[in-house]
Order: sequence, then structure tokens, then C-alpha cells
Amino acid sequence: MLAFALKRGLLALLVALTVSLVCFFLVHLSTDIAVAMAGEGARAEDIEFIRKQYGFDRPLAVQYAEWLGRAARGEFGDSLYFRTPVAAIVWQRLPVTLTLGAYAILIALGLSIPLGVLAAMRPNSWLDRLALTIAVVGQAMPSFWFALLLMLLFGVTLGWLPISGSDTQAHFVLPAIALAYFAAPAIMRLTRSGMLEVLASDYIRTARAKGLRPMAVLFKHALRNAVIPVVALAAVQLGFMLGGSVVIETVFALNGLGYLAWEAILHNDFPVVQAIVLLIALIYIVLTFLADLANGWLDPRIRMG
Amino acid sequence: MAAVLAPDEPIAPTPAALMRRRALGHAGLLIGAGVLAAIILMAFAAPLIAPHDPYAQDLGRRLIPPLWHDAGDWAHPLGTDMLGRDYLSRLIYGSRISLLIGFSVMLLSGLIGTALGITAGYFGGKVDLVVTYFITVRLALPAILVALAVVALVGSSLWLVILVLSLLRWDRFAVVMRSATLQVRGLDYVQAAKAVGCSTPRIILGEILPNVANSLVVVATLEMAAAILLEAALSFLGLGVQPPLPSWGLMISEAKSYMFFSAWLITIPGAALFALVLAINLLGDGVRDVTEPEGRN
Repeated sequence: MLAFALKRGLLALLVALTVSLVCFFLVHLSTDIAVAMAGEGARAEDIEFIRKQYGFDRPLAVQYAEWLGRAARGEFGDSLYFRTPVAAIVWQRLPVTLTLGAYAILIALGLSIPLGVLAAMRPNSWLDRLALTIAVVGQAMPSFWFALLLMLLFGVTLGWLPISGSDTQAHFVLPAIALAYFAAPAIMRLTRSGMLEVLASDYIRTARAKGLRPMAVLFKHALRNAVIPVVALAAVQLGFMLGGSVVIETVFALNGLGYLAWEAILHNDFPVVQAIVLLIALIYIVLTFLADLANGWLDPRIRMG
Repeated sequence: MAAVLAPDEPIAPTPAALMRRRALGHAGLLIGAGVLAAIILMAFAAPLIAPHDPYAQDLGRRLIPPLWHDAGDWAHPLGTDMLGRDYLSRLIYGSRISLLIGFSVMLLSGLIGTALGITAGYFGGKVDLVVTYFITVRLALPAILVALAVVALVGSSLWLVILVLSLLRWDRFAVVMRSATLQVRGLDYVQAAKAVGCSTPRIILGEILPNVANSLVVVATLEMAAAILLEAALSFLGLGVQPPLPSWGLMISEAKSYMFFSAWLITIPGAALFALVLAINLLGDGVRDVTEPEGRN
């Protein structure tokens, strides 16, 4: 198990380094930063001054090494738009996005695992069809449109929930539902297919034959095995949700990382953009690493493979 | 299709005939293909069927509601937007943008992902490790954020959106093509082709590709749908297709501040997006069911 964990950890570290490389060069190859910082109508001398001042005239490799060294210590310089240290704003906004992500993944799992299990218990029943319809509709629904519809229904017509801002826990309900529906279909489909496969296996027949209660068979024996790939998928989906939060947070003006990213992108505030892309990628890498470990622990065959 | 039902049908029908029969009995596939065909037709015939110029503004006739409201007007069946442009005409022309993005991104990202996936699956070993590593790195990058950032830095245009989405969405093609190739590369006909001295490109194009084509079609539909949704999201956030082009995502974005009084301005283009993506997904699910019936569950 230790060798497995070390191997996976090394891989995660390598991926993180490559991601930082992409993060850095993405910005520097897409545009001339000195021109973008100087703004429209800047004189050539001003652009040259900025280039010298910030060291953009040095080789990119040197700039990358310096940026990475500071990033490793959690320093990303000052935001060009907010005029405060990037790390401070990012840390201030991160809890909002993490709260949103946690609610969303809980709603998604709470909806899709029971539905997937029930659907697999009775394939082709009305319940199975309902679950499939929910999944198919969810996969075709543009997430921002679904968010606007939720706003119209629960915020305006019924007036039950707030639709903008992040002041109270109630502000998280609609965004979390919108984000959860984006992740639920994949989790439900995987739970259903995993359960179908497990339920057809010999040890389940044995468990039933020796007279175990159906619920015990279903939840103690079958779900335990079917849930292994779901753990990995849930980690991946949580990572995607953090990326997708840019859309949902912008719709609901929820003051998290995603909204910050959108503001930063609109104002050419590339130090903030780089920091957020890197941070979200790192969270994703850590999540998938933990999911790998959990899988290896739950299923020894994966450790050997 | 009478031949399929004829009584003198041979006892063991050919695989193609079986597949045709399954396709014709698959409701999801038929509905998906029908709706998609109708939208494609609408996109091609846009100048013929659109009642007005989608760009023509008429500030005296702004925010006319659709026909099902009391104040509806037959001249504008789906009403007009905040600049008095005919909403039906904009909706019809908008299908062109969604389809253009969907097909272009599907082709371009499909080319990149399929090439990488088949190479990794066929050669295995170190090549496979490198490609798998690329896929892992790509998955760690938040696609929509990176797309937003690049489009904002470079300056948005339709072609840039297509290029950026293609460079970001090849991963699923690579993953599926890699495992499909792994499954067929050890089979007898591939070994036979090797034994008689076929060149590697010939084996890949002539033996491997046709035999992984089913999975390729399924991923292609999924990716086309994903690209359409991503473009809509980018345009909605103001960093995709630029006004006054009638992209459905952009139409929703422009109507956002009017939606509390004129909800149809967001429900109509959203419903169009939903219908198009649903049709493509139903078609993809149908193709998967028809080509590999044993994997239906």
C-alpha cells in the first residue's frame, strides 16, 4: 500500500508541475502582458517601462522559475485590478466555493446513489425509466439556463429563496442545486450499471440463497462493491464542479472563486486568473489522488495492477 | 423497409440487417435523429424560413411578447427582443452557430484525441505512458476557466472559440479510443495483417479504425453536445461569440436583465439549446444501444 501511495503521489506531483507550466505559459503566449497592463492608448515608453519594471523582458524560463518559486510559497504578487495581494483575495473567496462544492456534491450523491440503486433493482420498471429521464434531461440542460429557471421559479414566482449574493446559508441552496444537477447524471448512471453488474454476480446469489434479508444484500453486500468506481467519479466530478462554479457563481453573484475568476478575466487581471486556475487544478489533483488511495484501499486488485 | 418485415426473410439475417431493424425499433434514436435533422434543415434554410432580418432593429417595437401572450403579434410569432429584433428569426439563425461550433469542435478535437488514443493503445509501453500522462494533465486543467481566460486574452471570435474548445476537449476521444484499440489490437485479424507484412499506418487505418468506429461515433455525439453547451456558456458569460451574432447562449445573456418581466426571452433560446443537445445525446445513446446491444445495461 505504501509503495502504491508513493507511486501515485509522485505522479500527482509531476502532473501538478506540468499544470503550473501550462498555467504560466497560457498567459504569456496568449498576449503581450506589458501591453495588456498598460491599457488602451498607452504610449510606447510606458509599455517599455512596465516591461522593465515587472521583468517581462527577461527570458520566459527565468520568469517561470521565479513565478513557480513564489507560487510554491503561496505568493502570487498583487492583483492588477483589486490592488491587493492575490493570495489574500483568493483565500478570502475560497471558503464560499468550497461550501458551494460541498453542498452540491452532497445533493448530487444523495439524489443519484439511491436513484441508481433503485433503478438497478428493477431494470426497465417505471422507476428505472424515471431515473433515466432525470439523467438524460440533466445532461442536456445548459447549467446556466437551469440556474436562471430556478431563479425564476423559486426566487421570483414563489419567492422562497434569495437569488443573488452570498450572505446567508439560504443563498447557497439554488446555486448548489444547479451545480448538483450538472454532476448527478454521470454518478447515477455509474451507480446503476455498477449495481446491475454486482447484483448478477455469484456472491450475491449466495447471499440471497442463504436467506439474507433483501435490504442487507442490497446495501451491505452489493452497494459496497458497486460504490468503488463511484468514489473515483465523485472526486472527479467535484473537481469539475469547482471549475464549473465560474458559471453558476456568476449567475447568482455568489462571491466565491468562480465569480472572482470571471471578474479577473474581464479586467485582464492575469495574476489572479493564474492563481485560481492553478489552485483549482491542484484541488482536482489532490482529490483524484485521495480517490486513488481510497480505491486502492477498498480494492486490493487496483494496488497490484 | 418492407423487406425487413417480409416473411421470406432468411433465418439468420446479416448483422447489417439486424442493426437496421434494431435502429428502426429504437424510439430514442429515431426521435434524436429526427430533431437533429430538423434543426440542421432549419440552419441551412434559414434565409428562406426566417420571417425577418435577424439583425434588423426596430426600437419602436421592442419586447413584444410571443403569440401565446395576449399582447402577441402575428408579425413576430416569438416576439421581439430589447432592440426590437424578431426573436424567431434570431432563433433560426442561432442554430447555425451552435451547429457550426458543434461540428467543427467535434471534428478537430476528434482528430487530435483519436490520433493520440489509437497511438497509445496500439503501441503501448512508453508511448502509452506519455499519452496517458497528457490526458491526466489535461483533465486537471479546468476547461471552462482556461477557455474563458484564453478567449479574453487573445480577443474573442467564433474561430478562436472553436480552436480553444478543440484544444481542450480531445481527452474523452483519447480515453475511449485508447481502450477500444487495446481491445482489438491483439485480435487475430490484426495479427494476421501484421504477419502478412502490412505497414503500421495501413493496419491502423485499415484494421483498427473501422473496428473502433462504433465507439468513435458515440463519443463524437457526446463531444458535439458538450461543445455546444460550452460555447453557450462562454457566450453567456460574454466571452464567446460576440454581438450582434445570434448565438443562443448570447441571446440568453443579453436578455438576463429583462427576464423578470419578459421570461420568454430566456426560456425560448434555452429550450432550443436543450432540444438540440438532447437530440444529439439521444442519437448517441441510440447508436450505442444499436451497435452493442449486449452493453445496454
